[in-house]
Amino acid sequence: MRIVVVAFILALAFVLPDRANAAGDETPPLPNIDWSFEGPFGSFDRNALRRGFKVYQEVCSACHALQFLHYRNLSQTGGPEFSEAEVKAIASNYTVQDGPDEFGDMFDRPALPRDKFISPFPNPQAARAANGGALPPDLSLIVNARPNGANYLHALLTSYEQTPPADLEIGDGQYYNPVMSGALIAMAPPLVDDIVEYSDNTPATVDNMSRDVTAFLAWAANPHMEQRKRIGFQVMIYLVILAGLLFFATKKLWRGRKWQQPE
Amino acid sequence: MSENNHSSSYTPRSALAKWIDKRLPLPRAIHDNFSSFPTPVNLNFWWTFGGILTVCLLIQIVTGIVLAMHYTPNSEHAFASVQHIMRDVNYGWLIRYVHANGSSMFFLAVYVHIFRGLYYGSYKAPRELLWMVGVVIYLLMMATAFMGYVLPWGQMSFWGATVITNLFSSIPLVGDEIVSWLWGGFAVGNPTLNRFFALHYLLPFVIVGVVLLHVWSLHVSGNGNPTGTDVRKIDKETVPFHPYYTVKDSFVIVMFLLLFAYFVFFHPNLLGHPDNYIEANPLVTPAHIVPEWYLLPFYAILRAIPSKLGGVIVMFGALGVLLLLPWLDTSKIRSARFRPLYRPFFFVFLLVCLGLGWLGAQPAEGGYVIAARLLTFYYFAHFFVVLPVLGYVEKPKMPISIEESLKSKTMKGQS
Repeated sequence: MRIVVVAFILALAFVLPDRANAAGDETPPLPNIDWSFEGPFGSFDRNALRRGFKVYQEVCSACHALQFLHYRNLSQTGGPEFSEAEVKAIASNYTVQDGPDEFGDMFDRPALPRDKFISPFPNPQAARAANGGALPPDLSLIVNARPNGANYLHALLTSYEQTPPADLEIGDGQYYNPVMSGALIAMAPPLVDDIVEYSDNTPATVDNMSRDVTAFLAWAANPHMEQRKRIGFQVMIYLVILAGLLFFATKKLWRGRKWQQPE
Repeated sequence: MSENNHSSSYTPRSALAKWIDKRLPLPRAIHDNFSSFPTPVNLNFWWTFGGILTVCLLIQIVTGIVLAMHYTPNSEHAFASVQHIMRDVNYGWLIRYVHANGSSMFFLAVYVHIFRGLYYGSYKAPRELLWMVGVVIYLLMMATAFMGYVLPWGQMSFWGATVITNLFSSIPLVGDEIVSWLWGGFAVGNPTLNRFFALHYLLPFVIVGVVLLHVWSLHVSGNGNPTGTDVRKIDKETVPFHPYYTVKDSFVIVMFLLLFAYFVFFHPNLLGHPDNYIEANPLVTPAHIVPEWYLLPFYAILRAIPSKLGGVIVMFGALGVLLLLPWLDTSKIRSARFRPLYRPFFFVFLLVCLGLGWLGAQPAEGGYVIAARLLTFYYFAHFFVVLPVLGYVEKPKMPISIEESLKSKTMKGQS
């Protein structure tokens, strides 16, 4: 019996080529960052989220939308937790089209916390036209939409400096980035040191800004993560206790097992 | 439901209960089937998965109905409405993660349940129809899960739907017409999403109906048990279902819920595909289109066959052969415990199925296709060669009765 199984596994290992070779994946393995939001008790670092929001606001938002976020989300528990006054101030920097009013006309007004994040472009066609034909993806879910998303994003933002292989043809409006599949990306290097002015004492290095904006986008994709893990822990404790009670109840019941004749 | 195995022990206590019992003896049916029902004393851990599956089905229906209250089945709004559920609906993230991971848990449980049946010969006389009704439930589950996966309208939803519905185009002569009819158009689009939503809401209730048939059939023949022998002494070899199995099953169900909760709360997206967080785009094909993990063995079989029509026939054949199983297995002995040759072949078959699942997730090229062909061949050989032949060449051990199995357990001090 055991021989059959072992022989089978050996045969399988022999028949199957190594996965990495066959899949033709030449992107390098992503460096593993020790994120504060990883693990069953992980939570977001508020200051990192606020800095990350600043990076998004001042750099990324020039091209990338966050269509599923509202300004009010910025003050919600488990996020950057800006005060409501701060959120009001942030929103009021943007203009949103509202209407129609009583005369049937559309009008512009400053954005309110209840409004969705203002997108940089009115539609995908406009976004392409402004970006040499490339469409900057929406970032609301980007961390969930890539395998190993947080590490991927950080690596993508910090891998522009590497020297491209000699045989790689880099076209107009393309940049070498080995993390991108195909190693070519249409996004120009978005971050340089001190492009954003941090209000705390964190040095605004490319690495730090990449970490912060990744944390912010991880929150944007999973705004209820902290609540989820907290409730999850409570649920697990409850279930463990219930399982224990049922285990002993089962033991006790079955020890005194007796067939009761039907009445 | 039937009282084949034991006479009804229900006694209505109040005047109202007596009045009801004369007109619609539902309380009696519930009492006889779920309380006093004589159940073999020696059922092991693997027999609790029927109860677990019932819980899974109920969880899916309850969470699904709540999700349907907030979801918009329109290709323009579906993806955004799922994000609305995840972000703005109170505990929407919890309901959706339970539902999405619930389908994986449901299939995990059903696979354990099916392989339990294969190991202990639960499909043999007089339980052939019980088994076949179970296969129908499994088919309905796959259809329901497939259509449910389309509803979030992500990239994998769209392209999975495109690949699977396109299978029908391989039908000679009328294939293309059938596919257009399924789509409600000339590509997967809003009409497809709409009807998938309607059917995804309908089929779970069909499953409930077929589950009732499954339970009915089970309660006619009675539970099998690990020895595979029939109950001979009802007083020594069975216990009433309640409280013995209600309590024991509850314990295992809670253990299962621990695993369930671990995925929901700590790795809610592990079993999904990242591409499904990208909204469906008919103009961009994902690099690798893969179905959910529980459909992967059949996906591997489909791609192993070089011809499209052939692949579809073989894939459906892989499911259909389960309906023939009661007659393909020629051995009269049910439990693999007493079948020295069947037992190793069972484990090889299990590994072949796992291997096919793994291959279904790999790209369809080179050595993977060769391996998938070999394993597909073995899959069918198991049913059409191994099982029929074993019944003639195997020298089974003498099965022991339930009572004897209890004695041998007591002697080992494990009672």
